[in-house]
Amino acid sequence: MLAFIIRRLGQSALVMLAVALISFLMFRYVGDPVASLVSQEATMADQALLRERLGLNDPFYVQFFRFIGNALQGQFGISYRLQQPVAELIMSRLPATIELAFVSATLALTVGLVLGVFTALRPKNWSTGVIMTASLVGVSLPTFLIGIGLIYVFAVELKWLPSFGRGQVVDLGWWRTGFLTESGLRSIILPAITLSLFQMTLIMRLVRAEMLEVLRQDYIKFARARGLSKRAINFGHALKNTLVPVITITGLQLGSVIAFAIITETVFQWPGVGSLFVNSVAVVDVPVMAAYLMFVAFIFVVINLIVDILYFIVDPRLRVAGGR
Amino acid sequence: MTDVTTPAKPQSRLVRVLDSDLVFSYRRSPIAIVASIIAVVLILAAILAPWIAPYNPFNPRTLNLMDGFTKPMSTSFAGNYFLLGADHQGRDLLSTILYGMRVSLFVGLSATLFAMTLGVSLGLIAGYRGGLLDAVIMRIADIQLSFPAILIALLIFGVARGLIPANQQENTVLVVLILAIGLSNWAQFARTVRGATMVERQKDYVSAARIMGVPPIFILIKHILPNVVGPVLVIATIGLALAIIEEATLSFLGVGVPPTQPSLGTLIRIGQQFLFSGEWWILAFPAFTLILLALSVNLLGDWLRDALNPRLR
Amino acid sequence: MAEPLLSVRDLKVVFHLRRGDFTAVNGISFDIMPGEVLGVVGESGAGKSITGTAIMGLVDRPGEVTVSNISLKGERIDGLDEEGYRKIRGKRIGMVMQDPLTSLNPLYTVGEQLVETIQRHLPLNQAQARERAIKLLAEAGIPKPEERIDAYPHQFSGGMRQRVVISLALAAEPDLVIADEPTSALDVSVQAQIIKVLKELCASRGVGVMLITHDMGVIAEAADRMIVMNKGEIVETGSVGDIINRPKEPYTIKLIEAIPSIKSQNPRYAAAAAKGQVAAANEDDAPLVTVENLFCEFDLSPSVLSRLFGGNRKIIKAVNDVSFTIRRGSTYGLVGESGSGKSTCARMMVGLQPPTAGSVKLEGVDIWNDRGAATKRRRSIQMIFQDPYASLNPRWRVGDIIAEPIRALKLSSSNAEVADRVADLLTKVRLDPGVMHKYPHEFSGGQRQRIAIARALSSQPEFIICDEPTSALDVSVQAQVLELMTALQEEFGLTYLLISHNLAVVRQMADAVGVLHNGVLVESGPVEEIFGNPQADYTRMLLDAVPDISKVA
Repeated sequence: MLAFIIRRLGQSALVMLAVALISFLMFRYVGDPVASLVSQEATMADQALLRERLGLNDPFYVQFFRFIGNALQGQFGISYRLQQPVAELIMSRLPATIELAFVSATLALTVGLVLGVFTALRPKNWSTGVIMTASLVGVSLPTFLIGIGLIYVFAVELKWLPSFGRGQVVDLGWWRTGFLTESGLRSIILPAITLSLFQMTLIMRLVRAEMLEVLRQDYIKFARARGLSKRAINFGHALKNTLVPVITITGLQLGSVIAFAIITETVFQWPGVGSLFVNSVAVVDVPVMAAYLMFVAFIFVVINLIVDILYFIVDPRLRVAGGR
Repeated sequence: MTDVTTPAKPQSRLVRVLDSDLVFSYRRSPIAIVASIIAVVLILAAILAPWIAPYNPFNPRTLNLMDGFTKPMSTSFAGNYFLLGADHQGRDLLSTILYGMRVSLFVGLSATLFAMTLGVSLGLIAGYRGGLLDAVIMRIADIQLSFPAILIALLIFGVARGLIPANQQENTVLVVLILAIGLSNWAQFARTVRGATMVERQKDYVSAARIMGVPPIFILIKHILPNVVGPVLVIATIGLALAIIEEATLSFLGVGVPPTQPSLGTLIRIGQQFLFSGEWWILAFPAFTLILLALSVNLLGDWLRDALNPRLR
Repeated sequence: MAEPLLSVRDLKVVFHLRRGDFTAVNGISFDIMPGEVLGVVGESGAGKSITGTAIMGLVDRPGEVTVSNISLKGERIDGLDEEGYRKIRGKRIGMVMQDPLTSLNPLYTVGEQLVETIQRHLPLNQAQARERAIKLLAEAGIPKPEERIDAYPHQFSGGMRQRVVISLALAAEPDLVIADEPTSALDVSVQAQIIKVLKELCASRGVGVMLITHDMGVIAEAADRMIVMNKGEIVETGSVGDIINRPKEPYTIKLIEAIPSIKSQNPRYAAAAAKGQVAAANEDDAPLVTVENLFCEFDLSPSVLSRLFGGNRKIIKAVNDVSFTIRRGSTYGLVGESGSGKSTCARMMVGLQPPTAGSVKLEGVDIWNDRGAATKRRRSIQMIFQDPYASLNPRWRVGDIIAEPIRALKLSSSNAEVADRVADLLTKVRLDPGVMHKYPHEFSGGQRQRIAIARALSSQPEFIICDEPTSALDVSVQAQVLELMTALQEEFGLTYLLISHNLAVVRQMADAVGVLHNGVLVESGPVEEIFGNPQADYTRMLLDAVPDISKVA
């Protein structure tokens, strides 16, 4: 077990290193780091001096290692657009994104799992047909249109829920949460639904496909031949086997909720990391882009690690060494 | 010996196609028939836009600001009739939608083709060669698949913006978009093709070809590729819908096609500004077209997947 | 006469398919007496498995079962609802399925699966059920059942897993066990033990057995009475001895004639011996193929990347110092169980797998290392594969498949010439030349195997490696393919390497035989010496284990 986790940690470090390289290349070679720091009137000599002071004339690998060193200390440079340290910007906007992602991931996972199991167990039921068609419509609806539609119905026409922002937030010192005020809770409903719909359809379709596949296996037929109850077969045998592959993909899907929030945050003017990123892309604010990439990659790596460990716990073929 | 087979009736290709399980399943699926008709009508309308559009929305001389905000199915002060209404600049919405669909489809199709070519080639090589090359390609694909395509496309788009001089950006935006969307979608193809290739590679007909010294490149193209087209077609169809949505999303976020040459996504971005002030049609019609296009292509892809999966039959 | 344990009357199973209805079982009736083992034998598509499934009420859509009566101990058990069937399954009728690798749920220990089944049907608490499970495993011949009960299925070998499956089938003391090909996925040596366990356990409990199999040898070994099925109907019913020794129906007669027996001498040897000339005459000829000290090792270590972080190196020797020679125009049989390395040998001899050490020489040319070796190898060696469904590219026309070696080796560039050659080859393998425009899916397994033989012949090779060429085929088709192979050998002077797990086939076809065990050639020599007077213990064990119809009195 320990060896396995160490091996996985090593691989994760390699992935982070590769992403860091991409980030660094962006940071260093897209746009000019100096031009953004100096005023229009700076002379060529001033620029050269700054260049030297920033270490931009050092060999490639020296600069790369310096970049990694800074990144490990949480320093990603200064945003060109907002003239603030990038790390500060991201940290101040992180709670908004995490809260949104948490709510919609929970929503997507619960509803997706339940509907997936239901449609797999009742393939001929009329409601399965309705759910499956609805899920296809869901996949075909661009997220931003869903958001606009929800705003139009629930905010503009019905005036039940706010159309933008986080509402009132409570500052806990290190975290500003919207969960503790009524307006905060009301504000998160529409964005969370918008963000969860796409993942929900994906998880549902995946669970359904895997479960149908498992139900075709010999050991299910053998379980039926032993006279086990329907409940024991469907939920004891079939569902547990379905979960093995579902865990991987679901885990990664949930991780991508954070990155996927880009669109939802823009539509609802949600003050999170995603909208920060979109605004940065539009004006090529490279330090923010590079830092955001590293941030998302880090989340991916952490979730991947958790998924691997879960996998290890669920599947005895991995846990117990094979052999006869 | 008993079973000398009866002489083959030379079946024409057409008869074989019409008799195939695919056509059978198509004829029995009303959803597939309706979806394909809608898709074909939309695609034809997009291609024929310059000939069937009632106005040329991009000719400044024919534009009249007096026509702005004309409601659907009505005649403006200037005496022009607009079936789907006009936008704030007095452009005929029907015409802008037809032209916008042209841009959306062009970007979507090109990006899908690009992603398919790249993904299928890499998938074939990774699946056939195995080893370190396979590990590297698939690791990259895995990582990329766990990021949403839209994020990858945004990053590539942003990097391209930073690298291309400002005066060139207007001309290159479509190419950049196609590359960005294509590069964000290749991994799906690669993963599927690699899996299928690894299955096919183990089969004895490949061993037979290797024994007689057929070079790997011919084995890949002549033996394995024809046996993996099924899943590739499915992914390509669904991928086309995704690419159209992705383009619309990028344009909606304001980093895609500029308003001078709007795609459906750009039109929706423009329309959103007027939603709250009551001019709903500027948003609704482009949005409806986009959904119809994506949904019909998606339904086709979904049908194709079921029809090509022998176990579901 | 006593009341039958199971009585089936007019069982009919119809599958409603796209191109019309397919009748899998067409109105069959039979009885099983208490404590009796009824063998159900038939070739693929005979409807024998469906019969077993239908009795258990496990036929799924699009299948439809109609029956006038199925009774178990005089009680009707047909047309029940799901709940009714669930009280029968496991409790009254147990089932053993073909593949022990897939019939156990990989995520639960065998104990959990046993206890679950026992508690479902018997009023026992957890501890009692577990005790019973341990007893069942012990009776099925699993060593140290107290420990093994908490192991997962993947920690058992195939044979041991099948013992677990048998204990599961017997867990609730059923009256009848339906065993569907219980030994077909296992090696011969294990096969014999499983039959024995099944038979003894059922006999000691007085349980009736319906033993479904395609292997007449298994029936001969285990069954009391048998029914022969063909195309959904019962052809003949009777005692095992009667049917095997005195078959009445033409179908049964043909079926039994087609089965090669391990006890019958090699026909060529027998013919030569009758004329008084023992085949020592050609011993001095230079051999066509020489295999010298062949080794093959596989590195099963994790990837370089993982090894960097603590994975262990693991090397297995698939082939370990194998040497033999094959005379021109003769057939060398290579026998062994799964994992013995026989297929790896074949792959090294045909150019698919480079040997770790040693050499394969064809007419003195090392096909791996000498100059021009690749060309020599490709022109002179061809291969016939086991699975006729996977060995032909489904997207190619038969004509193109057969012409592939001609085109790949550039033996002819004229299309007309190639077409003539393909037509000629199709005639040689007794197929109509017109079929060259068809696709493989339009052919049966036996016909496909002939197409594969035609492809192997098209580059006019000297040496053909046949890797289990008939093990995916029914016995009657097997006989035809073997006969065709012999005829072609005589016509073209071909040399064969015949790889098979079926010892009877090898005895019938080969001039010399090698026995492989765990990558080591334990014995090699003329066929009648090996089969008549085996030296190695392993060979003797193998020969004894083969179920054979000649053992029936």
